[in-house]
Amino acid sequence: MTDLTASDALPKPKRDLAPVLLPLFLALLMLPLVGSFSSWVTLTVASLAMGMMIFIMASGLTLVFGLMDVLNFGHGAFIAVGAYVATLVLLPLAGMSQADSLLTNLAVLAPAALAAMAVSGALGLVVERLLILPVYGQHLKQILMTTGGLIVAEQALYALWGPQIIPVPLPTALRGSFIIGDIAIAKYRLLVMLVGIAVFVAIQLVLNRTKIGLLIRAGVENREMVEALGYHIKRLFLGVFMVGSALAGFGGIMWALYREQVHASMGNDLTVLVFIVVIIGGLGSIGGCFIGALLVAMVANYGGFLVPKLALVSNILLMVAILMWRPRGLYAVTSR
Amino acid sequence: MMILSGDPPRSRALSLMLIAIIAVLAITPFLFPGAKPLNVAAKICIFAALVASYDLLLGYTGTVSFAHTMFYGIGSYAVAIALYTMGPSWGAVAAGLVIGLPLAALLALGIGLFSLRVEAIFFAMITLAVASAFLVLASQLSWLTGGEDGRSFQLPELLRPGTVFIKDLFGVRVNGRILTYYVIFVGCAAMILGLLRVVNSPFGRVLQAVRENRFRAEALGYRTVFHLTYANVIAALVAASAGVLNAMWLRYAGPDTSLSFSIMLDILLMVVIGGMGTIYGAIIGATIFILAQNYLQALMGAASNAATEAGLPLLPGLLHPDRWLLWLGLLFVASVYFFPTGIVGRLRGAPKPAE
Repeated sequence: MTDLTASDALPKPKRDLAPVLLPLFLALLMLPLVGSFSSWVTLTVASLAMGMMIFIMASGLTLVFGLMDVLNFGHGAFIAVGAYVATLVLLPLAGMSQADSLLTNLAVLAPAALAAMAVSGALGLVVERLLILPVYGQHLKQILMTTGGLIVAEQALYALWGPQIIPVPLPTALRGSFIIGDIAIAKYRLLVMLVGIAVFVAIQLVLNRTKIGLLIRAGVENREMVEALGYHIKRLFLGVFMVGSALAGFGGIMWALYREQVHASMGNDLTVLVFIVVIIGGLGSIGGCFIGALLVAMVANYGGFLVPKLALVSNILLMVAILMWRPRGLYAVTSR
Repeated sequence: MMILSGDPPRSRALSLMLIAIIAVLAITPFLFPGAKPLNVAAKICIFAALVASYDLLLGYTGTVSFAHTMFYGIGSYAVAIALYTMGPSWGAVAAGLVIGLPLAALLALGIGLFSLRVEAIFFAMITLAVASAFLVLASQLSWLTGGEDGRSFQLPELLRPGTVFIKDLFGVRVNGRILTYYVIFVGCAAMILGLLRVVNSPFGRVLQAVRENRFRAEALGYRTVFHLTYANVIAALVAASAGVLNAMWLRYAGPDTSLSFSIMLDILLMVVIGGMGTIYGAIIGATIFILAQNYLQALMGAASNAATEAGLPLLPGLLHPDRWLLWLGLLFVASVYFFPTGIVGRLRGAPKPAE
């Protein structure tokens, strides 16, 4: 934080473009390495789609941390709950989702996504009140509480749905690929990309063009000052927490359709990925989170194609490399 | 008091509990002959040491690590791979120790220096990521680790059940298995006493100072990064040693018994239920948890069956023996909330030290 006297003009926000160029650079660098243009396009689309899903899941986590210094180790539970709730809608209406019509398919997907978001958002409300509110400002207890919440949520999913993997077939209209020349682009990945970009743009618009967004950004920068100005930041935080949980649930249904299956341990597995993304991006930064998600997905996809053995540890290597370059992540927005 | 490093339990009830636990563990082979009680007792010893080493990190420095099972696994796998490839000899055990312990220490040093500079939360996330990568590695590098199946191996002659030392002592045949148990018992007791020594040394005081106020500790001139990193290395060494003992008891090392995330959660539960920042809490927590794990599940199974017969909805699923972690998770959240000092803190009745 820099000291400002009243007469100073506000400094222009610095444009920091290096992180933005990084994924582009990485993608171009991979073109000669992958060799064939068509497989490069396929891989790039795959990484973009995967990156968008991870971004949707991680965005809530990074905002919640930035705003309130709360790290939710149980974030993965919202992902899993979203996916399970979506199966409640998708499986009984399998007839509609297997019909060969895009409109009918979307008519099933939309309520499934809404239900997933509603339930994980509501769960977010409960979790925030019960688990996080009592331990504000105490990192150690936060980690323990939310980890405990994750255990309970995962076990409750096992108890309610059973330990077996639930298959979630992709709606018919979203299967297969568009073929352009010798390039194949999976339809679902395209949809995921569009949705992901829409979510990113929506979050950016809310953050940069609305009063609530202004308050959130101000709160990330300096919470006490926002409180001193008379805003009820805990209520704001509750809202952000619920939206973040709902987004995690939304990411959960997208991931479930991507993998075409749902399992109670998916929340646990994805938590690690989401954490890596949030660390790479810089805690609290939406833009960093977006780029971090793309980078993680790119490394996973290109790495898996070029050096399959390396893919096992590629995320860790990426994280180490990024943190060597910028120890606080790509964009360090919080003063903490 | 020397042996306890001048840090006695400070509560009559706690002392009695500890004496009872240790006495029963010391004579378990003669008190409860049979394979299962001995297994449970060995597991309690190993986990008491493992949890105590985790308590050094969580309770005394206030850093949350999710990589503790990684070090535990390194110890397990080192001795398992050595005994598997070199055959059952003491040389192989030594090789496992010589490779496993320094490897764990080096890795802990690396992670510590890399990520303990910043906030505790960062360390927690990085250790989680590293540990999960390690788990994947261990289950994928099957030429070395045996993959998902793990590695089974033979112990040296002296420690095998076939080796009989005394035909009949209080009606029990004293064989290599019982000798292994006592090796574990003594080894774990030594580790716990060693940790008690560490936390009551000037070094341990600095760790507590860092926990209470890192900024102030730094202002007093302590290089907190190094203190935290040393603590991390010590904890990793003890965890790896516990891993060695665990592998030798099971005669097997695999991802599920030594590396999985659920063991990490078990450790967290034990340390919180027992009482953070006390070392004694590790013994109490491990005993209660493992007894519950082994005997409560049977009880839950009976309750689940009863609920099924009574035709109640939902309850059979919730009471299913596999769901016992659900109840422990609830207990965990409740104990973090209501009893942040755990059983030991409650019994001592002291004002809560950790925040």
